[in-house]
Amino acid sequence: MRDKAIFTLGALGALLMAWNMHTIFVTLAGEAMQGQIGKMFFIHVPAAITAYSFYAVAVVCSIAFLFTKNFKYDSIAVSSIEVAQVFTLVNLVTGSLWGHIIWGIWWTWDLRLTSQFMCFMLYLGYLLMRPAIAEATQRATMSAILAIFAAADIPLVVMAIRLHNVRTQHPAPVLETGGVDASWWPPLLIGYVAFMLIASALVMVRLRQETVTREIDSLRRELHAI
Amino acid sequence: MKQGLLAALFIARKDLRTEFRTKEALNASVSFALVVLLLFSFAFDLGREEFYDISGGLLWLVYVFAGALIVNRSFIREVPNDCLDVLIASPMPAWALFLGKAIASFVLLLIVEVVSLPVYGLFNNLQWVHAFWPLFGVMILATWGITITGVAFSAVTVNVKLRELMLPVLHYPLLIPLLIGAMQVSTALIKGEASDIGQELRIVIVFDLIFTSLALYLIEFILVG
Repeated sequence: MRDKAIFTLGALGALLMAWNMHTIFVTLAGEAMQGQIGKMFFIHVPAAITAYSFYAVAVVCSIAFLFTKNFKYDSIAVSSIEVAQVFTLVNLVTGSLWGHIIWGIWWTWDLRLTSQFMCFMLYLGYLLMRPAIAEATQRATMSAILAIFAAADIPLVVMAIRLHNVRTQHPAPVLETGGVDASWWPPLLIGYVAFMLIASALVMVRLRQETVTREIDSLRRELHAI
Repeated sequence: MKQGLLAALFIARKDLRTEFRTKEALNASVSFALVVLLLFSFAFDLGREEFYDISGGLLWLVYVFAGALIVNRSFIREVPNDCLDVLIASPMPAWALFLGKAIASFVLLLIVEVVSLPVYGLFNNLQWVHAFWPLFGVMILATWGITITGVAFSAVTVNVKLRELMLPVLHYPLLIPLLIGAMQVSTALIKGEASDIGQELRIVIVFDLIFTSLALYLIEFILVG
């Protein structure tokens, strides 16, 4: 049943993405000033929003684990963070490629790039710490604490960088200010849905891995006890 | 609450007394701060005026690197002979144990900072005396943020393999907003341009408030489970 759900989500996401890419690159006109490279927007932005969605899921599950001690929440949290990290990396890499073509530089320490990189680093610490804790309950508890600390830190990072760095290399917000052409909204939203479907499938695959790992651990402990 | 605070002060006094007898962490931390200052002298060859622009930034880099040696030890020193288990099993609330250790680490780190500041000024020909008291105020606020989060992570990493590597990897990214605020305020104070530092100071204070509350609330989960 779960395998079917994973396959369905993944296949649906992939098909939607393929169809969306076709629409974006064949039907849609290029951006007024950037041309075709401006369409990197349709991967860059949905990747970021997908990542934030799964970071939020991870934080909620981390809080739920601390109060319920139910390991399924820990499994969902780590799976969500791993997948969110991948999408954050996609966001950073596509942004970097786009920046190199448009600005001639791979990177700049402006607000958005820096805060996105900081988010990546905070949760990278989470993933680095997990294998270093042998005991399962401790690992889950410490991971939950770290996820909560990281989530509390991110708004402060944004506030601090905004004060520190007046560099505004990254394009000004367009989604909130209506700077996006009306014809770009449907592919953008479909792209987000496609990414969410693919990410959900990946989270479910990772979740299954975590469940199996826990079962193996408990069998190993039973064997040692006997 | 009152008993908890008394217990916290007792723990702080115990840790400070232990440290002042051996001065292991203090000596190592001050020495490390001097080494970092030495390395900066090779890394940068700036004119005097240019150096003032980065003075606060470098100062806080020295403090945060030296501080790692202090906060690292706060819970790890209790691991031998199961002292940590005894402390956790005692009637003292977990938050009191944590607060006591944070206070002790805070005092120790503040000592390191106050000792390093004149050396930093000397090596770099920096005029800082005119701004000492406001600078000391910023040091108190930012050092509290460093120690409260550092001691919390010290508790988290007490049973982690490679804990000496893990603590900086986990701790430093978290400190970025605090350090940005502290660096900017310190630079402005040293340069004598402190008229517009309200927002940066606010970030430091908000960081302290948020993470003190979070750490005091979550320490029960960290220590007891």
